[in-house]
Amino acid sequence: MKKKIFAAVAAACVMAVTFTGCGKKNSESGELTGKLTLAGSTSMEKLCEAMSESFMEANQGVTVTVEYTGSGAGLESLASGSVDIGNASRGLKDEEKNNGAVENIIAIDGIAVITDTENSVKDVSAGNLAKIYTGEITNWSELGGANQPIVVIGREAGSGTRDAFEELMEVKDACKYAQQLDSTGAVLAKVATTPGAIGYVSLDVVDNSVTGLKIDGAEPTEEQILAGKYILQRPFVMATKGEIKDQNEIVRAWFDYIKSDAGKDVIRKVGLIIPQ
Amino acid sequence: MKKKAFIEKTAKSIFLTCAAVAIFAVCAITIYMLVKGTPALKEVGVSELLFGNIWEPTADNPSYGILYIILASLFGTGAAILIGVPIGLLTAVYISEMAGKKIAKIVRSSVELLAAIPSVIYGLIGMMVLNPLMFKLENIVFAGDSSHQFTGGANMLSAIIILAIMILPTVISVSTSSIKAVQDNLRAASLALGATKEQTIFKTVIPAAKSGILTGVVLGIGRALGEAMAINMVAGGAVNIPLPFNSVRTLTTQIVSEMSYAGGLHRKVLFTVGLVLYVFIMIVNFILLKARKAGEKDGK
Repeated sequence: MKKKIFAAVAAACVMAVTFTGCGKKNSESGELTGKLTLAGSTSMEKLCEAMSESFMEANQGVTVTVEYTGSGAGLESLASGSVDIGNASRGLKDEEKNNGAVENIIAIDGIAVITDTENSVKDVSAGNLAKIYTGEITNWSELGGANQPIVVIGREAGSGTRDAFEELMEVKDACKYAQQLDSTGAVLAKVATTPGAIGYVSLDVVDNSVTGLKIDGAEPTEEQILAGKYILQRPFVMATKGEIKDQNEIVRAWFDYIKSDAGKDVIRKVGLIIPQ
Repeated sequence: MKKKAFIEKTAKSIFLTCAAVAIFAVCAITIYMLVKGTPALKEVGVSELLFGNIWEPTADNPSYGILYIILASLFGTGAAILIGVPIGLLTAVYISEMAGKKIAKIVRSSVELLAAIPSVIYGLIGMMVLNPLMFKLENIVFAGDSSHQFTGGANMLSAIIILAIMILPTVISVSTSSIKAVQDNLRAASLALGATKEQTIFKTVIPAAKSGILTGVVLGIGRALGEAMAINMVAGGAVNIPLPFNSVRTLTTQIVSEMSYAGGLHRKVLFTVGLVLYVFIMIVNFILLKARKAGEKDGK
């Protein structure tokens, strides 16, 4: 007796599932279905994860997959046609543009260089900043500040911020860190409490506890970045093969979503700047 | 009668299952660490990985040498033991031999409290109090020395001090109980031969309790070797030669700080770091087992 009831219930369940499965497809035929594939920059992981999650919530029929293979590799995948979008955390090179890649800048990543508030040095040239990080300049007096050793603080290997900073300052793998901390908050706290410390963090987290250094006279603000005067910035590019308007509807929907208010919220939430 | 036998049987199997959980966990962890930790040894090369001293996992030409990291763990633990054990042992002697009942009780409960403090609190205090003090010391010691890289006080020495304090409760409580277990007739005999109280303690009581004390020391080593959170907060985290005023990274903090963004071979190497740590802990436990056995023999 029990067995029979169980069989009946099981059958009912199977049928219910089958029917609802069919129903969904029929009633929501207007919705997008399919796949969107992206590949490229590891630094864009946070943005891509947040954006694809939000996008898939709005478009339940679409599956977004992102691979983090590095900017160059992502653009190669785009050129070979194996992905819809190639992610790059830098501007495209001419040869990549000649291959048909179109540069769609969707966000700008800014990095602030911070010191403790007592520090009298408020402005540093890009060249000197690189020298501080490579260990050629070790005392603030060399930059017109107090006679105080510089405590060079950075992030751990693998961090996107470290990657961006070292790349933009052209000091990749040449930095001599006195401290390597594993979070933005830790860098902020350490710099704030250590006299003579210098560190780098995402632009959006800088607060009153530290001083954001001017670089070559430009302040680390959104305006200066958008004006192109502050050098510690890089574009986040989602390159397409050909213009966006020539892409399939899923890709178009993806870019429409990024430009929508919801998309802009995502960009701001991960600490990036929206390009003008 | 049958019912009773049934209950007995069921209870036995429940106990067996519970015991099996622990055994299963140990086996599973060991196998997992071996499986996950060995591939990188092959890919990078055993000597290059274990004895290389350049850690640049994300460079264009990556290098995965963890020698300095291993050394930092060993030296840090060793130095913490050197500082912590004498203090701990003397405290244990004081509690069990010297102090009056009231004072002994106060010392004992504060030691217990010390053991209960979470490691993150040690880290926090180290970061906010010890590091600034170290920075002042560093400024005095290395004043005008341009070849020294200033770390802002986050250095090996801070880590050692924190670790020394963290192992105190273990050393004290294990040593105290083993000293207390020494039979009174030994003390009486020593005193009757004309030895002073101090002579009795150092020549008779401590030697008699040595295997118990050794157990405490080995447990302390295990604790110091495995500590991650507090060290991560005070040691600076750069991979350097483990000198007192250098910012260092240990086996534990190496995994903690880089796991979140590591990929590919870098990630595999972090598992190997875990394996190295695991092997060290196994060695410590093996010594512990031996020490306990020796203790049992002494007892008889």
